[in-house]
Amino acid sequence: MSDRGKYQPLSYFQLMEVTLRELLVEKGVLTEEQVAAEVQAMRDRTPERGARVVAHAWTHPEYKERLLENGTKACEELGLEIPALKLVVVENMPEVHNVIVCTLCSCYPRVLLGIPPDWYKSRSYRSRMVREPRKVLAEFGLEIPEKTTIRVHDSTADMRYMVLPMRPPGTEGWSEERLAALVSRNAMIGVAVAQRPATG
Amino acid sequence: MWSSVVEVKYKVGEKVKVMKAYPLGHVRTPFYIRGHVGTIERLCGSFPNPEELAQMRDGLPAQPLYRVRFRQKDVWPDYRGGAADVLEVEIFQHWLEKA
Repeated sequence: MSDRGKYQPLSYFQLMEVTLRELLVEKGVLTEEQVAAEVQAMRDRTPERGARVVAHAWTHPEYKERLLENGTKACEELGLEIPALKLVVVENMPEVHNVIVCTLCSCYPRVLLGIPPDWYKSRSYRSRMVREPRKVLAEFGLEIPEKTTIRVHDSTADMRYMVLPMRPPGTEGWSEERLAALVSRNAMIGVAVAQRPATG
Repeated sequence: MWSSVVEVKYKVGEKVKVMKAYPLGHVRTPFYIRGHVGTIERLCGSFPNPEELAQMRDGLPAQPLYRVRFRQKDVWPDYRGGAADVLEVEIFQHWLEKA
């Protein structure tokens, strides 16, 4: 375990992945190129896509309404295809804070946020976020006032969720590009808020 | 969209109870929410039943899927936080009964 860099035997699941992939290629179901292209496509999906949607919603009130009404359709307007997936966007407001979890596995809006962080898939996050969200959020450095309602969304079936964070004060007149840079992955999961512009 | 769909039974705002059942196999209803009462927040649409899909069947007729809103204090008696805090879970209609 401690001697890193030395030969490590494949784990059970790694071995299973290699075996299945090689069999599929050998039988002509897939080609190596297709597998590589899919892996690349997965890597190309980054939280910047979600941040673009958020910044557009902040600057276009009518777009925001459409986004909250039908997330999938509204993303298509921006050229983001969300195949076979229903996106629900939930809006943070001064009186409501939303946060996303999947207690059953690790459902995540990958098309907009990319590969989920490891902590999102951890047993600890999945079991505790539904039970003691205020404590877990505090561990992320987010203290939610008692009078703010916390809405936890357990993504258990066919929907995928994204949080629309509140636009930080002091950003009036900013371009969408500049605004998008304030929107982190964690803010779109709901374990953070959008970054405030640097002052002074 | 699907060739056969189960009729939608519940309306937004209606009170429903999640069945307290423990069937074997692949189920998308979390254990912690079974037996609890909540209100319908929205109808998400109808989708093939995942319990059937897991058995390599077509999952039809499609089941209505709802987002059900629960009060945290109802789900966890020792919940620490605002009384207005809620939990929203997607539940298929065949797991719900009128409360």
